[in-house]
Amino acid sequence: MFDALSDRLRDALGKLTGRGRITEADVEVAMREVRLALLEADVNYRVVKDFVARVRERAIGAEILANVNAGQMVIKIVGDELTAVLGAGDRTFRLTGSPAVVMLVGLQGSGKTTSAAKLARHIVRLGRQPMLVAADPYRPAAVDQLRTLGKGLEIPVWSSPPGTAVLDIARAGIAEAKRIGRDVLILDTAGRLTVDETLMEEIRVLGGALQPSETLLVVDAMVGQESVTVAEAFREAVSITGLILTKVDGDARGGAALSISAVSGVPVKFLGTGERTDALEPFHADRLAGRILGMGDVLTLVERAQETFDEKQSEQLAQKLRKNAFTLDDFLEQMQQLKKMGPLGSIMEMIPGMGGAAKQAQQAVDRGDLTRVEAIIRSMTRHERQEPAVLNASRRRRIARGSGTSLPEVNRLIKQFGEMQRMMRQLSGGGRMPAIPGLRRR
Amino acid sequence: MTQTDQRDAQASIEAGVARSRAGFATRLRGLLGGSPDADAWEEVEETLISADMGAELAVGVVARARARRDVIPEMAVRYELLELFAHRDAVPWPRKPAPGVPAVVLVVGVNGTGKTTTIGKLAHRFASRGARVLLAAGDTFRAAAIDQLRIWAQRVDVPLVAHAANADPSAVVYDAMDAAVARGTDVVIVDTAGRLHTKSNLMEELSKIRRTIAKRIPEAQPEVLFVLDATTGQNGLTQARAFHESAGLTGIALTKLDSTARGGVAFSIEQALGIPVLFVGVGERMEDLLDFRPDDFVAALFG
Ligand SMILES: Nc1nc2c(ncn2[C@@H]2O[C@H](COP(=O)(O)OP(=O)(O)OP(=O)(O)O)[C@@H](O)[C@H]2O)c(=O)[nH]1
Ligand SMILES: [Mg+2]
Repeated sequence: MFDALSDRLRDALGKLTGRGRITEADVEVAMREVRLALLEADVNYRVVKDFVARVRERAIGAEILANVNAGQMVIKIVGDELTAVLGAGDRTFRLTGSPAVVMLVGLQGSGKTTSAAKLARHIVRLGRQPMLVAADPYRPAAVDQLRTLGKGLEIPVWSSPPGTAVLDIARAGIAEAKRIGRDVLILDTAGRLTVDETLMEEIRVLGGALQPSETLLVVDAMVGQESVTVAEAFREAVSITGLILTKVDGDARGGAALSISAVSGVPVKFLGTGERTDALEPFHADRLAGRILGMGDVLTLVERAQETFDEKQSEQLAQKLRKNAFTLDDFLEQMQQLKKMGPLGSIMEMIPGMGGAAKQAQQAVDRGDLTRVEAIIRSMTRHERQEPAVLNASRRRRIARGSGTSLPEVNRLIKQFGEMQRMMRQLSGGGRMPAIPGLRRR
Repeated sequence: MTQTDQRDAQASIEAGVARSRAGFATRLRGLLGGSPDADAWEEVEETLISADMGAELAVGVVARARARRDVIPEMAVRYELLELFAHRDAVPWPRKPAPGVPAVVLVVGVNGTGKTTTIGKLAHRFASRGARVLLAAGDTFRAAAIDQLRIWAQRVDVPLVAHAANADPSAVVYDAMDAAVARGTDVVIVDTAGRLHTKSNLMEELSKIRRTIAKRIPEAQPEVLFVLDATTGQNGLTQARAFHESAGLTGIALTKLDSTARGGVAFSIEQALGIPVLFVGVGERMEDLLDFRPDDFVAALFG
C-alpha cells in the first residue's frame, strides 16, 4: 500500500548524491517531496507539517555514512522517524477478565463485522474460546452477517431480539458466555458517525459498564484527512487501546495509520488484508516503515511461510524447481498452499522488487479464480499436466469444454503457469521455499 | 421527495453538520477576507487539502484564484472550485431507453461505501415518483448481503430478484432482466458485491455483468453508479479510475456526507474523469438522498 510513497522518495532523493554532510539545500529538495508524498498518502496535513519539521531538523548537518549518498541518508532518517511514530505505544493484545471483553468500534462501512470474525479466529489460535456478540441492532441484516461468519468458523454468536438495548445485549452475552464456558467476548458494535451524539453516548455507556480489556477502533486504510478527527472523537467516548487498519490489500497508502498514531499515540494492532476471515495480520512498526521505504518485509514473509509450508513439502518443491520438473499438478497444489497463506500479493509485496509479479499472481489466486483453475487443470490428462508443451489448440478447446470455462481462460492459465514457473524458479534457489537468496534484511 | 422536502432535508443536514463544519468555513472566510498575504494563501491551500481535495489540485486552485483580479479572493476561490465540476446536462437519470425497455442502474464500489443503502434510497426515490422498480441482489458473496437488500426491498415495497448465496451474480442479473421485461418494470437497480479495485478478476466480473445486461436487453443503456464514501482520501480517484475502466461509470453517489468529512476527492474525480456526482447520501434512512448541486457543495465549504 505504501509503494508509491517509497518510489517517489527514491526518485526525488536519488538525485542527491552529495557526500560528507547533508546540506540545507539537499534537505529542502527532499522535504518538498516528502510533504507531497505524505499528503498524497492521506497523512493529515498537520501531522505532515510536524513530521517534515522533525525530519528536517534531524537531517540538516547529519553525517552521511560511508557507502551511502545524501538521498539514501535522508530516506533512512525518514524511515527512522516513521518507525518511531508508528511504533509508539504498547501493541500487546490483552485478554484479561472473565470473560475478557473485546469491543470493536468505528465508522459505518469500516469493516467491523468482518474484523470481529477475523479476531475470533485469531483468538482461537491463541488457545482461547471466543464468542461473538452482535451489538448492531440498526443496520439491516447486520446480525445475519455476523451469524453467517460465526457459523463458518464454528464460533457461537449471541444476539438478542430486535429492540433490545445494546448494553442489555452485551450483558446477556456475558451471562451466556459464562454459561457455555466461553472466555472471550467479541462485541461487534454498529457503525456510527462521530457527530451522532446519541450513538456516541451509547458506546460511552457500553465502554463504561463493560470495561473491555481491548477497545479497538476499526479504520479503513482508504480514509482521508478526517482520520484524526474521527479517532479523537472516538477516544473522547471510549478509551481506545488500538487500531485495526482494514482493506490494506487495496492500494490505498493508509496515511490514516500514521496520522492517528502521531496525534493520539494509539498503536495499530492488526492489519486487515482481505475479505476472508484468515486475512488478519499482526502489525509491526519497523516492518511497515521498511515497507514504506521499499525495503521489503522479509521477516513477516518468513514467519507466514513457515506457518503454512511444511518443511518436507518445501524441500520437495525446491528439488522439483531445481530439476525444472515443476508441473501443473504442483502448480495447483502450490496455489492452494499459497491461498492458505493469505493473499499472495501481500506476501509478494514484502519481497523487494516483487511488486509487479505480485499483482499478476494475485489474479490467479483471488477468490473464485482458483476453482476455475482447478477445473481447468482437472480436465487435463495426466500427460498434459506433466508436459504442458503438448497443449495445442484442439486440446485446449477440449479442456475449455470439459471444465466449463472458455478458451481464453485456458490460454491465460497456461501462460500464467509459464510465468509462475519462471517466478518459482527465481524464488527457489537453495533449500526451503521461504529462504530466498539475496533477501537479507537491509 | 418534493422540492420542499428536499429543502427541509437540506436544512436539517446543514444544521446537523454546521457545528463540525463551522470551524472550517470560518477559517476559510477569515483567511480570504480583505487581501490575503502569502501565508494566508498557503493556509487556504492547507484548508482545501484538509477537505481531501488533494495537494496538487489545491495548489492549482489557489494559484489560479490568486491570479484573478476580476473578483474578490473568496469569490475567486469559489469560482475556481466550481470550474472543477463537469458540465451537467439536464437529461433524465437513469435514461429510459425506449418504451417497454427498462432502465438499468448498476451500482458499484469498494467494500462498505454504502451501495446497498443507496439502492434502498434510490428505489424509494423512483418508486415515490411513480416508477415501477425492481431490485436485483447481485451481491451473492458477502455474508447476509442478500438479506440486507431484501429488507430494503420490503421497506420500500418493491420486488426483489435474488438467488442463493454464492450464486453467479451474472445469472441473478440475467433473471432480473427477464423479470423486468415480463413485469413491465421501469427501473431495475442492481446491487453488486463491494470489491477492491485492485482485484482484477473481481473487476472483470463487473464487465461480465455489463455484458449480461447487454445480452438480455441489447437496447438497454445501463447507468453505472459509482458509490464513494465521503471519508475516502486520495485513493478515491484511483478507485473511480479503475471502476470506470471496467464498468464504464455514468454517475457518482457521494455517501456519508452527514459525517465530518467534506468529500473533496469528488473534485479530483470530476476534474480527472468528467463523471458527474449526481447524488449525496446524508444518513441511513431511505429519505436521506439528495441531488448533488455543485453550487451547494462549494457553498457548504464556506459555511
Ligand atoms: N451516516 C451514513 N451512513 C451511511 C450512508 N450510506 C450508507 N451508510 C451506512 O454505511 C454502512 C455500509 O453501508 P452498505 O449500504 O451496507 O454498504 P455497501 O457498499 O453495500 O457494503 P458492502 O456490500 O459490504 O460492500 C451501513 O451501516 C449504512 O447504514 C450515509 O449516507 N450516511
Ligand atoms: Mg452491499
